[in-house]
Order: sequence, then structure tokens, then C-alpha cells
Amino acid sequence: MSASEQELNEFRVEVAAWMKDNSPADPGFLLPQTFMEVGDERQLDFLRNWQHKIWSAGYLGMAWPKEYGGCGVEPIYQSIADKEMRRLAVPICFNVIGLGWAGPLINDIGSEEQKAKYLKGILNAEDVWCQGFSEPDHGSDLGNAQTRAVRDGDEYVLNGQKIWTTMGNFAKYMILLARTNPDSPRKYDGLSFFLSPMHVSGIDTRPIRKLTGEFGFTETFFTDARIPADSIMGEEGQGWKIAMKTLQYERGAEAGAAGGQSMVRMTVEDMISQLDGVRRDGAPVLEDPVVRDQVVEAIMEEKALFLGDRRARIGHLTTDYPGSLPLSHKLRGTEMTRRMRQLAINLQGAEGALYVGDDDARQGGFWQRAYLNSFSATIGGGTSQVQANIIAEHVLGLPK
Amino acid sequence: MSLIGNTTLTFSEEQAMLLDVAREFCRDKSPMTAVRAQLDSDRGFDQALWDKMVSLGWAGISLPESCGGSGLGVGALVPVIESMGRAMLGTPLISSALAGQLLLRAGDAQQTERLLPNIAAGVPATLALLDNGDWGDNGIGLILDDKRVLRGVKKCVPDASVADLFVVSVSFEGRAALAVVRADQLVAGALGPNALIDQTKRAANVDFSGVTVDEENIIVGPDVAIALRDVRLLGALLVAAEATGSAAACLDTIVDYLKTRKQFGKLIGSYQALKHPTVEILTATDSARSFIYHAATMVDDDVLDTDAEIACRMAKVQACQTLLYAGDRGIQFHGGMGFTYECDAQLYIRRAQWSQQQFGDVQHHRKRLAALLLG
Repeated sequence: MSASEQELNEFRVEVAAWMKDNSPADPGFLLPQTFMEVGDERQLDFLRNWQHKIWSAGYLGMAWPKEYGGCGVEPIYQSIADKEMRRLAVPICFNVIGLGWAGPLINDIGSEEQKAKYLKGILNAEDVWCQGFSEPDHGSDLGNAQTRAVRDGDEYVLNGQKIWTTMGNFAKYMILLARTNPDSPRKYDGLSFFLSPMHVSGIDTRPIRKLTGEFGFTETFFTDARIPADSIMGEEGQGWKIAMKTLQYERGAEAGAAGGQSMVRMTVEDMISQLDGVRRDGAPVLEDPVVRDQVVEAIMEEKALFLGDRRARIGHLTTDYPGSLPLSHKLRGTEMTRRMRQLAINLQGAEGALYVGDDDARQGGFWQRAYLNSFSATIGGGTSQVQANIIAEHVLGLPK
Repeated sequence: MSLIGNTTLTFSEEQAMLLDVAREFCRDKSPMTAVRAQLDSDRGFDQALWDKMVSLGWAGISLPESCGGSGLGVGALVPVIESMGRAMLGTPLISSALAGQLLLRAGDAQQTERLLPNIAAGVPATLALLDNGDWGDNGIGLILDDKRVLRGVKKCVPDASVADLFVVSVSFEGRAALAVVRADQLVAGALGPNALIDQTKRAANVDFSGVTVDEENIIVGPDVAIALRDVRLLGALLVAAEATGSAAACLDTIVDYLKTRKQFGKLIGSYQALKHPTVEILTATDSARSFIYHAATMVDDDVLDTDAEIACRMAKVQACQTLLYAGDRGIQFHGGMGFTYECDAQLYIRRAQWSQQQFGDVQHHRKRLAALLLG
């Protein structure tokens, strides 16, 4: 039985009312704009409490099974809750690697034992998860990961180094891509996927200070670290396939993710709102013809993304270079975001030079910080330049 | 979400069929050799080909069934025009369709029932709107005097030399009106053909001075100004559809060359300096196609609303910018070959400059979008 329009609308009203009543007040310290900016214990405690509260109210993991901490309802409910969280700009659900990557994967292909062990802790925020994919020498070239996992009796022995581990210093578990067979003919076939504990001897983390001045990632070192053999997901050699599978959950609750917002909303409309009161040549900045032209361009870029998503669903209108819209989505989206955030600062006048910590900084330096952070998306998960290569080769068929 | 506004995009069965048929027809009937054969011809297109397009019903797609059309609305023309743009097939279809829209939107029942069946049956028609080079000029310089005699010249009238019917914007008793003029009413030497940058297109300055307009062919009233505004927006949309098709063809031409041309012992498509801008052309073309089909979804036979106006203007901006970029890089990426007349890249950049100047350029539309979106 699928829910009626009326039931869904009632739910929408209910969740919006709950969010308004329960959304925490400004704590008086800097809150992360994304899950990649949780830099200290104070921020962690705040976000942990908030996610726990959302879960307790029944607005997280709604489509996951009841016995593992979910609500067992249709994913559409979670999508509605997510939309309301975004619309009302409440703080983020920070445990993103658990909610959007590890959790859905375990829910999808994990054993009953794994589900019982991991899922609830992901939802109620007790167990923080991190991701160990990137390596210092293999950023965009993930398939070439060299961190070793060697089977020794009931254990795997890990040696190597990961980087850009989100919340590595707070995490209890890591989804880890490591090489079990260095001799396989295809580099991808030598990789295996682990649900690795972090609190074991031989795993050490070192926080990385980002260009914003904040923390949020670590380097993670593995030195003869021993983890149980049953930490492996699937079989040896299936690591690449499983890692690729985790990407599909990015499409939200309908695709299996637990839900929650991983970043604070920042649309072109928000960018324009922050210009309230900014003046240029003695008049409101949005009356300046050059500025207006730039803002129209930004609006069009954002609208083109929405329209592209609509068109992608129409088979007849995607025959030219099939795969073009989905494969270029990351490139277009992240580059649009980066340009838009830079524009946000450029239009602030002299205040554009202020940063977090200055009382006069517009919205506490929100857009300055957001702009600097936007590079995490144009670099992480394959740089824009690598994305362009992939599109050129796989969509246009250009030679390597 | 209010700034992003309406993002409706649907595609009907009829549009899907039209797209399939038009793609195949244009690919088969308008290969590059056929396009090039028309570059120096007087008419600019093959009459037999036009007759076939008419027999497919294309001249009447957007006209009501009561007037001999198929009643599919102007949005259904977008897939056809996009396909023609892809094949660089220049015929009077856009001009005829827009002339039909202008009559449909401004004329009374008697006028539409008398004039539109001819257009639906393939009699070429066109619209004469420009008094000067400024698409932003709301004044009308061509005068229709109280004796119903015209006085003045219209610039750059598309397909003027083949049109049997001209729908002309005129100033009549101080107000905007339309005059329908038959080609046989023009005085000798009235047509001054333009030398156009796009050799697949034809246009002329038309001196209407001395023509006496039939009383029944004068259209007046409050609908005229609205119809003129809407037809300029529809013109922007159809030109955008054509430009999007041409950009897609230009992209194909570039990709083909990048896959076959070798320099320094390597296929040039392996160089990132060429790869990455080519991907930009792809993503820009993707955006253009999204905008034109969104706009096609938003327009119908009624007065265009604000969402439809925004959609048409955005489609024009995105499509023209895309074709200008694709055409420009298309020349550059062909190297020395690109500098020759023989290379097809020149056709696309010339088309880009033509499209940019029809119904207002990129700046013209962005300025109006700013007013619509930012107040």
C-alpha cells in the first residue's frame, strides 16, 4: 500500500512543525556547513545530539528495517523529511559516511549479523563512520590504491596510509579499500572492501588543517594493524565493485540512504539574500547593471542543472550522447557551486575581504568559508579535470 | 526556489514522433554536400525538399486544425527545428511558422481563416519587424497612412525573396498594427538582398513604400502589441532550437576530427587542452537542449506568461552562447584546415553569428531576464 497524497502532506506538515520546534538555537560557536568540517569535540557533541534527536523522533533511517533502528516505512517519507530539513535550513546530520555509504551498503548486501551490529549505531550517531579510499599518491586514481591487507589466520594485517579521512579522529569504523592481491592483472581486481574498526593498535590518525583554518579530515596510518577477518565485505577482489556500489546511494533515500542533510543549503537565492543592504555606487548592489548580468548567469547555471535532471528522465531527449547528463552531473554541479560562492564574496564590497572572526563579516563569514570549502567538491571524488577526462573518453569517445 | 522558478519539462508522444521523423529526414535529405550546393544559390534551399517538408505537414504543425494545421502548438516545432539546425537545413520554415503565429495571435477569425490555410499548405510567408538594427527599439518606423499606403523600409527580412506573404509591423494612426502584404504588391526593385554572414540563410531589406494594403489585411487592436511581443519570444525560442541543433552538429564535427587527426605522433583528441573545452561544449549543449525543451513545454497558443517568457529568453541566451563557443573552438581545433572554406567548421561559426542576431542577442535577453528575476 503506498501512501496517499493526503497522508504525505500531513506528514510534511508534521515534520516541518517538529523541526521548527526542535531545531537547536545557535550555540554561539562555529557550526560545520558540511560533514567534512567537524573539527572539534564541541561541534561533534552538538551534531551528535542533534542527529540523535532527529532519529529518536523517527525522522532518520525511516525506510530502514525496524529491527535495526529504522521505521520500516516507504522511502518517500524520508525524502519528504530531507526536503523539509533542507528547506528549513536546520543543522546537518553529520554521520554521513554511515548514513549514506556504509549503512545502505550493509542494509543492501550485509549479513544479518552485520546489520545487527552496525545499523542502529549509524542512525543514533553513537558510532561515527569514516571513509578510507584516497591515498596520498593516489587521489583521483582510486583504483590504484596501495594500502595492503594480508590475511593471517583469523585476521587481516593492514599496512599503508590513507588521506582525507573525514572525522578519522572521531570514527569508530571505517569503510576501507585495501589491496589484498598486488599481483592481479587488473589493478581493480586486487582490491577488497572492509568494514574496519578504527580503535585498534596500529591505526593512528593525524588531523589535517584545511585551507579554511579548520579541521575535519585526517591522515590515517596503518602499521601492522590487525583487524578481524570477518571485517571484509563480500569476497577478496570484489572491493572495487563494492566501492562503486556505494556511489549509487548518493541519490538519497529512494536509493537506500538513511537520509538527513549532509550540508547546509546554499542556493543562488541564498546567495542573493545575503546581499541585503550591500550598496554599490551609493545604490543597492542588485541595481548595478554589471552585477545584475552576473547574477542572471548564476541563476541560469543553477536552473540548467535542475532542467538537466528533468530531461535526463526523457529517453527521447538523451539519445545524443547517452550518459552525458549523469556522468557530467558532478562536474557541472560542483563547478557551478564554486563559481557561485566566489561571486557571493565578490559582490559584498569591502566586507568581502573579511573572514570568520570579524564582527563585521557578512553572516559571520559564511560565504568566505563556503567558497574555500567548495574546493573539497571540485577536488574530492575525482578532480574536475579528471571528471572532464572521464567524460571526454567515456561519453565523447576521445582517445586516452 | 522562487528564483529558479518553473522547471517543468515534458515531451509528448507527438513530439517524440516528430523528433524521430525529423532527425531521419534531415540526415537523409540534407547531407553536407546538399547544404554546400545551396550556399551560392539565389533561393538558398531546394524547392523539392521544401515540398516534401510541407507534405510531412511541418508548415502547419503549430497552426490550429480549423486552419488546416495539426494543432500541436508551437512547442511541437522545437524538435523539428532542432533537427533542421543539426543538418544546417535552411528553408522558410521558421519564417513561415512565425508569420503564422503572428496572424494567429493578432488577427480576427475572418483573417486567420482566410490567411492561415495558405501557410499551413506551404505557401512561404515571413515577418518584417526590423526598422533598424536594434531589437530593443519598441518604436515602429514603417508608416501605414490613412489612405492605407505604406511608407518605409524593413531591414533584414528573412526569406523575403521567396515569401508570398509578408506580415509587417506598422505604425497606423500612432499605434502598433500589422499589415499583410502579398509579394505581387511590391514595386519592382523593392527587394535589396542582404549579403549574410551565414550563407545557408537568405534575407533582404524590403522597401514597402507605395504599397496599398487591402483593408481586410490590416490588423489593429490591443492584441497586436501583445502578439508582437510573444512572437519575438517564440522567434527567440525557434532560433535557439535551431542553434542548439547546429551546436550539436558542430560538436560531432569536432569530435570526429579529434579522433582522426594526428600530430606529434598522437591523436589530437588525447590532448587535454582540446579535450576539456570539448567537454565544455558538450555540457553547454546539454544545457541548451534542456532550456529549449523546457521552453517548448511552457509555450502554447495563449498569451505567454512570465514563466514562458523567462524560459524563451533563457533558451536563446544558452543556445546562442553555446553555438558561439562551439563554432569558435571548432575553427581553432581544426588548425590550418579550420581556416579554409572547405572545412565545415566555418558553416557553424557563421550560423552562430546569424543566430545571435535574430530576435535579440545574448545581452538583450539577459538584461530583460534581470528585470524579470531581480525586479
